[in-house]
Amino acid sequence: MDNVLDVVGIEKKYPGVIANRDVALTVKAGSIHAIIGENGAGKSTLMKILYGLIRPDAGHIKAFGKDVELKSPQDAIALGIGMVHQHFKLADNATVLENVILGSEPTRMGFIINFDQARKKLVEIAEHYGLEIDPDESLSNLGVGERQRVEIAKVLFRGAKILILDEPTAVLVPQEVEELFSNLRELVKRGLTVLFISHKLDEVLSIADEITIMRQGATVASRTPKSTNKVELAELMVGGELPKPRAGATKSTGESLISIKNASYMRQDGRQVLNNLSLELKGGEILGLAGVEGNGQSELIELIMGLVKPSGGTVEILGLDATKTLTKDIRNAGVAYIPQDRQRDGLLMSAPLWENRVLGHQFASPMANNAWVNKGEAIEDSKRVVSEFDVRTPGINVLASALSGGNQQKFIVGRELSGSPKVILAAQPTRGVDVGAQAIIWDHLMKARSEGAGILLISADLDELFSLSDRIAVIYSGSIVATLDPNKTTPEQLGLAMTGAKSA
Amino acid sequence: MTKNRIFWAVAAPVAAILNSLLFIYIILKIRGVDPLSMFSLMISYGFDPRNLVSELNQTIAYYLAGVAAAIGFKMLLFNIGIDGQYRMGAFFGAVVGGAVALPPVLHVLLIVITAMIAGGLWAAIAGYLKVRRGVNEVISNIMLNFIAAAVISYLLLPSMLGTLPEGSQTAQTFPIPASGQMPTIKAFDGEIYSFLFVAIFVGIAYWVMLNKTVFGFNLKATGLSFRAARASGVNAPRMIFVTTVLSGAIAGLVGIGTLLSDTHKYSMAFPAGYAFTGLALALLGRNHPVGIFFAAFLWSFLERSAPVLEFEGVPPEIVIVMQGTIVLSIVIAYEVVARINLRQQQRAVGSVSAEAQPIKESN
Ligand SMILES: Nc1ncnc2c1ncn2[C@@H]1O[C@H](COP(=O)(O)OP(=O)(O)OP(=O)(O)O)[C@@H](O)[C@H]1O
Ligand SMILES: [Mg+2]
Repeated sequence: MDNVLDVVGIEKKYPGVIANRDVALTVKAGSIHAIIGENGAGKSTLMKILYGLIRPDAGHIKAFGKDVELKSPQDAIALGIGMVHQHFKLADNATVLENVILGSEPTRMGFIINFDQARKKLVEIAEHYGLEIDPDESLSNLGVGERQRVEIAKVLFRGAKILILDEPTAVLVPQEVEELFSNLRELVKRGLTVLFISHKLDEVLSIADEITIMRQGATVASRTPKSTNKVELAELMVGGELPKPRAGATKSTGESLISIKNASYMRQDGRQVLNNLSLELKGGEILGLAGVEGNGQSELIELIMGLVKPSGGTVEILGLDATKTLTKDIRNAGVAYIPQDRQRDGLLMSAPLWENRVLGHQFASPMANNAWVNKGEAIEDSKRVVSEFDVRTPGINVLASALSGGNQQKFIVGRELSGSPKVILAAQPTRGVDVGAQAIIWDHLMKARSEGAGILLISADLDELFSLSDRIAVIYSGSIVATLDPNKTTPEQLGLAMTGAKSA
Repeated sequence: MTKNRIFWAVAAPVAAILNSLLFIYIILKIRGVDPLSMFSLMISYGFDPRNLVSELNQTIAYYLAGVAAAIGFKMLLFNIGIDGQYRMGAFFGAVVGGAVALPPVLHVLLIVITAMIAGGLWAAIAGYLKVRRGVNEVISNIMLNFIAAAVISYLLLPSMLGTLPEGSQTAQTFPIPASGQMPTIKAFDGEIYSFLFVAIFVGIAYWVMLNKTVFGFNLKATGLSFRAARASGVNAPRMIFVTTVLSGAIAGLVGIGTLLSDTHKYSMAFPAGYAFTGLALALLGRNHPVGIFFAAFLWSFLERSAPVLEFEGVPPEIVIVMQGTIVLSIVIAYEVVARINLRQQQRAVGSVSAEAQPIKESN
C-alpha cells in the first residue's frame, strides 16, 4: 500500500509549552488511522497542522508522495485533505444542501448558484459512500450524529481524499458511534483514508487499522489492533500504569435536593422541549440521566439553574424556587454546574486561568470579599486545581484558550467541585478527557457523593452512567420515560429506552 | 518581567505614531517643505508653557471621552453616542447650576451629579433598545446624537430654559453663580481647570472597578462571553444595560471642566465630535487609564500646535491626516507586536527546554 501522508520532524512551540516535537507519522492509503494520547499530548495540534490551520515551526509533510507546504486550509483542501472539527461549524437556519455547499458553491456563469448541479453531486456522494442524508432537511431538525454526517459530506463535497476527525465520537451515544463507524468503513472501502482522534481505547481497537500513540508532544509508538491491547496502549500513553477509580460507598441521606414536578418548557420557536417532566435528586446519590442529545437535557439544566422559566410545573432546588430565584443565588446556595459546552458556557476563553477560577464563584467567599475579587485566593486555588486535577498547563496566567480541550475540561471540573457543593449538575463531565483524567474526575464525583452531595449526571457515555449512577433516569422527548436500576439493566435495555421504546 | 510587559504595551502605540510621522514626512517632502523643521516648529510651539496649559485643559475632556468609550469597549459596545451624552450632561448641568443657589462645594457637586445622570439617562435609551428590543447600539446612538442636538437647541430658546443676553447672537443657559464654579490653578501664565483632578479620579476609579471589583469582573466576563457570564450567575442583559448607562454617565462629564472653570454657561458653541475622538483614544490607549491619558494629551497637543503650520504655508489639516494614520496604524501595530511578542516567548521556551526532556511543566 502507498502512503498518503508522510510526516517527519514536526515541531510546534507555544509560550511555555512544546505542543509537538519529533512528530513522525505515516498513514497508509485506504486505512483508518487512530491517534491517541493524553490530554495535551499534541493530537489536535498535529491535526490542525495537517489541515493547514497552524503552521509548524519545523518539519516536513509529504502528501500523496509529494512534498507540500500547507499555508492554509485552502491548500489542504486543494490537496484533498479535509477536517471535521470537534465543534461543528454549521448554520442552523439553513438546509443540509446549503450547509454543504457553503463556501464552495458550484455556479452558473460564475455567480448564480447552481443548486441543481450541487444537489445532484451531493446525492451522488451520499449514495456512493452510503451516507444517509436528506439534502432538503433543515439543519435545526438534526441530531448530533446527523450533523456530523453533514460535516463529513461537506468535506467529501470538496473532494477530500483524507478525512481528519478530531474526537468524533465524544459527542455521540453508542448507536450513533456504530453508525459513524459503519460510515467510515464504507469510506475507506471506496479508497478514502481516515485519520481520527479518540480517547476511547475500545473504539480504537475495534475500528482502527493502525494506531499512533502520542505523549508529551511526540509520537512515541505505532501499533496495530492485533499487535496490542488496552493495557499496553494505556501504558504507552501515560508512560506508566493507569490510576483506577476507587468505588465510593453510597449513603443516600434521604434529603431531597432537587424536586421537579410536571415541568414544561416551550422554546421561543414554539417547540415544546420539556413535557411534564418530574424528577427528584436526593443527597448522597448520583442520578444518571440517559438520553440522546437534544431530548431536553440542556433545557432541564437551564431550568434548574434558573436560567429559563418553565411554562408550567414547579422546580425546587435546595429549598429554593428555581423559577423565582436568580442564578447567582442558586449558585451561592451550593450548586455546582459543569456545562456540556465547556468553551461557550464554562470558560472565558481569552481570560487567564485564575480569572476562570473566579467565574461562577464571584458572588461568595472565598473568591470574593463582598464587592471585591480576591485575586490572591483565586491564584492560590487555581494552582490547587491545576495540581489536584492534573491540568497540563505552563501556569495559571495563560489564557484558557491555550489549554488543550481535555485540560480545559479538567479545570472546569476542578473549579466546580471546589468548596463542597451540595448539588452538582454534571453534563458530560469527562467529555474529551483521557482515561487517566477520567479516573480522577470519577474519583472526585464519588467522593462528593459519599460526603452527601447529590449529583445529576448527564452523559452520553453509557459506561460512565453504569459505573457511577445509583439510579438512571431516561429522558426522551422532554419527559422522563423510565427510571432504571443500573445493576438490573443491560446496556441494550438502556439503549432501547433512550430511543423511546416503551418496553424497558 | 514587568519592565518587559510595559515595553510590549507601549511598543504598538509608539510604532503607530512613528509610522504616521513617516507618512506625514513623505507628504511634506512631496510638498517641498522641510519636514524636520516643521516638526520642530510644532514641538517648540506645542511645549510652550502657555499652550501646554490649554492642551492640558483640552486633555481633560478628551480623556473623559476616552474612558467612556473604553468602558463600552470592555462590553463590546461601540458607544458612538458619547456626543449626545456629553451634550445632555453639559446642558443639564448648566441649567441646574444656573437655577439654584447653594453653598460652594454642594453646588459644584450638584452640577457634576446632574451631568452624570443626564448623560447616563440619555445612554439608557440606547441600552434599553439594545437589551430589550435588540437594536444595535451604533444605530440608536447615531440617531440619539442628532436628537440630543435638536432637543437642546429647542430647550435653549429663551422661551424655554435658555436666554439670549443683550448683544449676543447665541442662545445660552443662565450663568452659573460663583458658588457653582470651580477654581483654576494658575500655572505658566495660564489657568488649569481643577476638574483635572476629577478626571484623574475617574481614571483611577475606572481601573479599580475593572480590576478589583466583582462588578468589574462581571462586566469583563459579559463582554468576553455572554453565555459563560450568564451561566456563572451574572444577569448579563442587565449588565449590558448598566454598562451602557455608566459609559454615558462618564460621557456626561466631558464638557463639565470647561463649564465649571471657563464658560460657566452652556451654548451651542460647545464643540462636537467627542464620540469619534473618544473611541479613537480608547483604541490608542488600549482601554487602559494611563494609556488613554497619553493618547488624549497627544491629541490635544497635535490640535493645539497645528495652526503654527499655517505660517509656513502648510494647511493645518495635515494634523487630521496624522491623527487618522495613527488610528489606522495602531490596529495593525497591535497585531504585529503581538506576533513578535509571541514568537519571542516561543523562542525562549525552545532554548530552555532544548535539553530538558519531559515538557510537562507542572506549576
Ligand atoms: N493556542 C495555543 N496557545 C498556547 N498553547 C497551546 C495552544 N494550543 C495548544 N496549546 C498547548 O499545546 C499542547 C497540545 O495541545 P493539543 O490541543 O494539541 O492537545 P491534545 O492532544 O489535542 O489534547 P486533548 O486530548 O486534551 O484535546 C497543550 O499543552 C496546550 O496547552
Ligand atoms: Mg484536542
